[in-house]
Amino acid sequence: MMPEKLKTELQSRVAHAVTSREAAVDVMKELQRHYGWFTDEAVGEAAELLGLTELQVEELATFYEMIYRRPVGKRVIHVCDSISCWAVGGETMLAHVGRRLGVEPGETTGDGIFTLLPCCCLGNCGEGPTMMVGDTLYGRLTADSIDEILARERGGIT
Amino acid sequence: MEQVLFRHNRPGRAVTFAEYAGEGGFDALRKALRELSPDDVQQLVIDANLRGRGGAGFPTGKKWSFVPRDLPGPRWLICNCDEMEPGTYKDRVLLEANPYSLVEGMVLASYAIGVRNAFIFIRRGYETAAANLRRAIAEAKDAGLLGENILGSGFSCDIDVHVSAGRYICGEETALMNALEGRRANPRAKPPFPAVKGLWGGPTVVNNVETLANIPAIVAHGPAWFKGLARIPEASGTKLFCISGHVRNTACFELPLGITLGEIIDGPCGGMLPGREFKACIPGGASTPFFTAEQFNVPMDFDAVAKAGSRLGTGGVVVFDTATCMVAATLNLISFYARESCGWCTPCREGLPYVRWILEEIEAGRGAEEHIGMLREHVQYLNYAFCPLAPGAMGPVEGLLRLFEDEIREHITLGRCPFKRSM
Repeated sequence: MMPEKLKTELQSRVAHAVTSREAAVDVMKELQRHYGWFTDEAVGEAAELLGLTELQVEELATFYEMIYRRPVGKRVIHVCDSISCWAVGGETMLAHVGRRLGVEPGETTGDGIFTLLPCCCLGNCGEGPTMMVGDTLYGRLTADSIDEILARERGGIT
Repeated sequence: MEQVLFRHNRPGRAVTFAEYAGEGGFDALRKALRELSPDDVQQLVIDANLRGRGGAGFPTGKKWSFVPRDLPGPRWLICNCDEMEPGTYKDRVLLEANPYSLVEGMVLASYAIGVRNAFIFIRRGYETAAANLRRAIAEAKDAGLLGENILGSGFSCDIDVHVSAGRYICGEETALMNALEGRRANPRAKPPFPAVKGLWGGPTVVNNVETLANIPAIVAHGPAWFKGLARIPEASGTKLFCISGHVRNTACFELPLGITLGEIIDGPCGGMLPGREFKACIPGGASTPFFTAEQFNVPMDFDAVAKAGSRLGTGGVVVFDTATCMVAATLNLISFYARESCGWCTPCREGLPYVRWILEEIEAGRGAEEHIGMLREHVQYLNYAFCPLAPGAMGPVEGLLRLFEDEIREHITLGRCPFKRSM
């Protein structure tokens, strides 16, 4: 269950919206931040807050790339696979992250730290190859810099 | 070269409110609220021939003029900062350097159209840009430049920031309105056009970040000055070109519209990377057909680029060297669009994966002569899609067929890709 404080905050967000469902993306993101992913429980809570049915919330949640309807690790790694990063070796970098973590795209590491997902353009095209770990953007990736980033991100969690 | 959008930039950090205001920032807003009517502001933008910088190049003042004057109820302005077209990052660079021109431009646009509440729809991943905007909005409010009764003029306007959660289709203006309303972001049928019936059913204008950020300079310095910024008489103003791929300097440059492609690549881009040779480029973001060295003399402006067989689009230039396989590059682009299709209409949902499969077959060396005809047919078929996503997706395929048919054939004849994996 979501904490009372979060509930109050979200109720206030919904009250300030032009129509309550306008706040849907913000509500989903905040609940996801709390639970780590957008759980079934969160779907129900979002529906109640927004005055929608669970099906209506589901319809929104499954639409967005950054709303996770399945469990993810503590840090989601999004590796850009769009054209600018592709041109400078993005595919090789995605494969390298996968090898280092021992996962295929879409999978989570056994320790529950990282989930690896390919994603579309992160708007960092001049600094490719690019990936985002949690909310942090990393550009000009090389195999070496990826190893460093993964070690640092892992260290930051435990 | 004169800079308009990057005029206030500071190296390595965002310009501050005091610095922007000290360099003439918000003077245009002061002038407009004191001396100009909303119609005057609209006329200035029409006379300046400002065209939309988000991709379509539609005349901005004309778009504003479609908003009916007499409809009761609120009308809306939305700034489209859902910058997700691969190869495009100009709006991020602009907002990370200076959020104030956009805020000032939005208040001016709201004044011209009669908008009380405006929105900035910004993509996930642009956290710094969103934070800059929130700060700029708060500062402008404190200075009486936003909110109730701005500068004592009686005009009131507020701006809200909506941070999305990642989906390319949200950048299509009618899908964007659904997203903003908290609905699944499928596009809406047109007509009715947003200017008549848009957000919550009210008249709505959707403009790109760069478009709106140009408004203060137009109001401050006038249409003649703005037109004079361009290299050729048909064009108006500057353009942010964001460069990626195999050149030395992959950055975002503000350049006069009408500058040639060759000048951009040899000038600010510093030429190709050492040892690399130019083969082709995407001139304006992922949905625009390729250019080759044949087009080096084409002036980079909306009409000239269209005449040369492509689109100026967003100004996102992606450069490829001779080691790049154009079939593989097109496959990458189509894979993006196939994944980002919202699934609403059949041509796009079913057609794009089919085109991807054909290109995969060719790239893997399993291509057949008939595949070329199938690709050609699909360039036509996907024009029947519900929104511009699928026709846009086929832009590069059309370019591939027109410019690199020999390369496709080579894949088929050899039974493999003649290129090593491009790096």
